[in-house]
Amino acid sequence: MSYPDDLRYSKEHEWVRVEEGRATIGITSFAADELGDIVFVELPEVGAALSQFGTFGVVESVKAVSDLYAPVSGEVLEVNDALREAPELLNSDPFGEGWIARVALSDPGEAEALMDAEAYAAETG
Amino acid sequence: MSDAAAGTLQRTPLHELHRELGARLVPFAGYEMPVQYTSIIEEHRTVRTAVGLFDLSHMGEIEVRGEEAVAFLRYALVSDPGTLVVGQAQYSMLCEDDGGIIDDLICYRLEDDRFWVVCNASNRAAVVAQLEGLLARGDFGATLEDRSDRTALVAPQGPNAAALLAGLTDLDLEAIGTYRSAPGTVAGVECLVARTGYTGEDGFELFCDARRARQVWEAVSAAGVGHGLRPCGLGARDTLRLEAGMPLYGNELTRETNPFEVNLGRVVKLEKGEFVGRAALQAVQQTGPARKLVGLEMRENAIPRAGYPVQVQGTPVGHVTSGTLSPTLGTKIAMALVPAELAGIGSAFEVVVRDRPYRAEQVKLPFYRRPRD
Repeated sequence: MSYPDDLRYSKEHEWVRVEEGRATIGITSFAADELGDIVFVELPEVGAALSQFGTFGVVESVKAVSDLYAPVSGEVLEVNDALREAPELLNSDPFGEGWIARVALSDPGEAEALMDAEAYAAETG
Repeated sequence: MSDAAAGTLQRTPLHELHRELGARLVPFAGYEMPVQYTSIIEEHRTVRTAVGLFDLSHMGEIEVRGEEAVAFLRYALVSDPGTLVVGQAQYSMLCEDDGGIIDDLICYRLEDDRFWVVCNASNRAAVVAQLEGLLARGDFGATLEDRSDRTALVAPQGPNAAALLAGLTDLDLEAIGTYRSAPGTVAGVECLVARTGYTGEDGFELFCDARRARQVWEAVSAAGVGHGLRPCGLGARDTLRLEAGMPLYGNELTRETNPFEVNLGRVVKLEKGEFVGRAALQAVQQTGPARKLVGLEMRENAIPRAGYPVQVQGTPVGHVTSGTLSPTLGTKIAMALVPAELAGIGSAFEVVVRDRPYRAEQVKLPFYRRPRD
């Protein structure tokens, strides 16, 4: 299994794409597969302050409710409203159309310290 | 099947097959069971539109036979198995003296004096203990045999189930109506073929010797190729029964609930004579139950789940017993226990999800009824 190599990954199976001090975050295909059919996403509010590894939302599958853990700290600039009507995007395109939020990074070093694609692949076996 | 040592899970005779099919296996009632093979939603839709195949071998099958088998079961169960003709089955419950539900089950009359009680895997020990105790104390002329470990149960469920099965069996399936059964063969294997199920669709439950389970499953699967068959796990089984308004033991049915609270009063035959729980159940029926099981549909965007509090204008009044996003209807549905005086179609409630109330409305049960032609 290989993962997009322009992203960084947290142990809680979230990914981060950093572009000029702003990060796009989401959950990995590994997380989405583990969850099964995703039927509901509770998104953070625009303007909310995220703290690395703190919870920032909820994703629900048919059977279970799972917390989302912020891979980085910062302020939420934008959320993916498409997920409200189409939570299944997290299953079908978790690294693309299934992005969850865009965040202004408060500490760019945090993303650097996360796993790269190779390490994440090893971590998830 | 392996014996369960403390802490290890039992396996059904189809365990290897589930692994081959790539099933996600989870612990359930002391067994390792498939919760899904591909996707719960896909499996759910397959049962509604084609045919899904379930391994239910973990369930309990208890044979009761003898001259006084009928008298014994009339005493032990809340329903009246004496009204069953041979080949007929009825949904029933085993209750305690106080009317609390020990298990819900289906009672099949196989011969005049031979019955099968098919119960939940999670309650099998409790059901056997209750029946054995009553049998001994009441000195009934009947015997009891727990056949669960040597009986497998393979269940094709869905509108295409009959067409699929017709080619595999010597039985005339048109002569087997809902809640009827007959002994016969399926793919050359002796089976009890029952037209019962827990999905709200037409379907069959095929009881066979555990050693022939794989043969039956593989034959049904092969025949299923032309009928859109998919293997289906317990995840879909739960969403299907909830849409169909069917109760689940552990959620709607517990030792702390009685049949009248959960829309199962019609199953209790108070007039049949003495039976376990009669006095308590008669009292509830006379005064009316304090709580009622209602169907809710969310009017705001949150998914109700078992255990979530139910409120009316901020005041806690009850709790959700089961809830989900309905794959067939696309709505967020729940069953909940609320005070009887607050129940009514159209009544407004709130379900508390992660400490916030979300509006819900009581709707008619079942949420889904299969189309009749």
